[in-house]
Amino acid sequence: MSAASVDLRDKTAIVGIGATKFDAMYRNLDPERSPYELAAEAFRKALEDSGLEKREIDGLICVRVPSYQRMADVLGLPRLRLVNVLEGAGRMAGAALQYAVMAVATGQAQTVAVVYGNNGRSAGARYGGAVDPNATTVYDAMYGMTSPGAYVSMMFRRHQYEYGTTEDALAALAINNRKNGALNPDAVFQKPITREEYFAGRYVAEPLRLYDYCLINDGGVAFIVTSADRAKGLRHPPAYIAATYAASELTNFYTVRDFFYGACQDIAQRIYPAAGVGPRDIDCAQIYDNFTPTILFSLEGFGFCPRGESGAWVQGGRIERGGELPINTGGGHTSESYMQGFALTIEAVRQIRGEAGPRQVPNCEVVQYICVAPICNSHILHR
Amino acid sequence: MDTPAYSKPLPVLTKLNAPFWEGTKRGELRLQRCTVCGRIWFPPSTHCPQCLATAYEWITASGRGKVWSWIVMHQRYFKAFDADLPYVVAMIELEEGPMLMSTLLGIPKAEIHCDLPVRVVFEDVTADMAVPKFTSV
Repeated sequence: MSAASVDLRDKTAIVGIGATKFDAMYRNLDPERSPYELAAEAFRKALEDSGLEKREIDGLICVRVPSYQRMADVLGLPRLRLVNVLEGAGRMAGAALQYAVMAVATGQAQTVAVVYGNNGRSAGARYGGAVDPNATTVYDAMYGMTSPGAYVSMMFRRHQYEYGTTEDALAALAINNRKNGALNPDAVFQKPITREEYFAGRYVAEPLRLYDYCLINDGGVAFIVTSADRAKGLRHPPAYIAATYAASELTNFYTVRDFFYGACQDIAQRIYPAAGVGPRDIDCAQIYDNFTPTILFSLEGFGFCPRGESGAWVQGGRIERGGELPINTGGGHTSESYMQGFALTIEAVRQIRGEAGPRQVPNCEVVQYICVAPICNSHILHR
Repeated sequence: MDTPAYSKPLPVLTKLNAPFWEGTKRGELRLQRCTVCGRIWFPPSTHCPQCLATAYEWITASGRGKVWSWIVMHQRYFKAFDADLPYVVAMIELEEGPMLMSTLLGIPKAEIHCDLPVRVVFEDVTADMAVPKFTSV
């Protein structure tokens, strides 16, 4: 396939971010809480954070909320030049930013709001057990096979077999997330865990245990993308998008044989040259962690470590704040919030702005977002 | 004889997948093969995923394969599997190429490993369907 012909480097920036308070809402369920209300609250905060007027928003990408029409009406944005809805899947956080960047850089819209609302905890979302009779997963459900975590667990077992990866690798990731969450006043779980507590966690889909799993909570996140020109002089320093790319590995299963290595390489070979940086220039990484093994697959796929060596690579504090590559500084999906990539995206912006408080990575100039799933995507953002 | 109805999830029987299920009742694991390019695939689909031809035949697979990977499900997702918890789910790489989700019969957990050679066996569950499972060769 040919390389990108349009240079999007630094043409756009995230200028506004907003989110609900995850921890307070986790302890306060409300069956009437709607994804629209959560997305609207996040949008209100993102707009205020940006300093833009609402009338400047001419693009709206909705994620997880069922209807863009309802969402636009709730937000009072009847006249838009770009508007649509993406399904509530983790891979869509990256896709939404990718589409927003393309729209702004090509002039389809001047300023795009991406809004996400998730009332999963109040609504009793389970992520397994429901079988869509039209999907190929009916052939898996015959054996009680269901839930994305179980398909990721299949890959982790195979990774163990091929490379000798141990469960200590997962423990390091789960412990790191909780350690970071302890410094995040909005995180759902702010209590660190020990190695012993990790291994005492019950199996969910063995070899994955409780602390390998994302939590399920309610919340909303929004961010606003505009042109580099419009971004100047707004309330906060812009988080410029140096590059954004995606690549898929879509088969009958969430499980794929190469742990998404090929798709990640396809992105890596484009995104680093396009952004003018390499893995060693990344000051911190926000890596989609619906289940901890996806961080290992991400690190290998993007060349942070040699293929098969991620298990050893994540040990010894390398991925912690103060280490070589701090990962998921806000606590990730197992500690901060399960906002399907959106909370990680705005944490990237906070780190670039230098407003992450006690969890701030010093001199953080370049942040990479990575999501490894049947659609993989990545962005490199910088000051 | 009254037996309780089979309560675990099963695919809906359709014109498209009927030959697969007829095969299971006869002890055959059947897969679609494109008569234009020879590609073999699973699960049933109307078009060859390689050349997009709609001309295919049902072949009887060897029934042999390897355990690509496996997990033990501890979480209660399906009430119908309550009595089985925790249970093994294995992803089988068939000799013909396609991957098939299944489970393993008669293999102690300590002896299960990736790339373990296995062969298909069938468990009769309804008048129309037998479920393919795998055991040691």
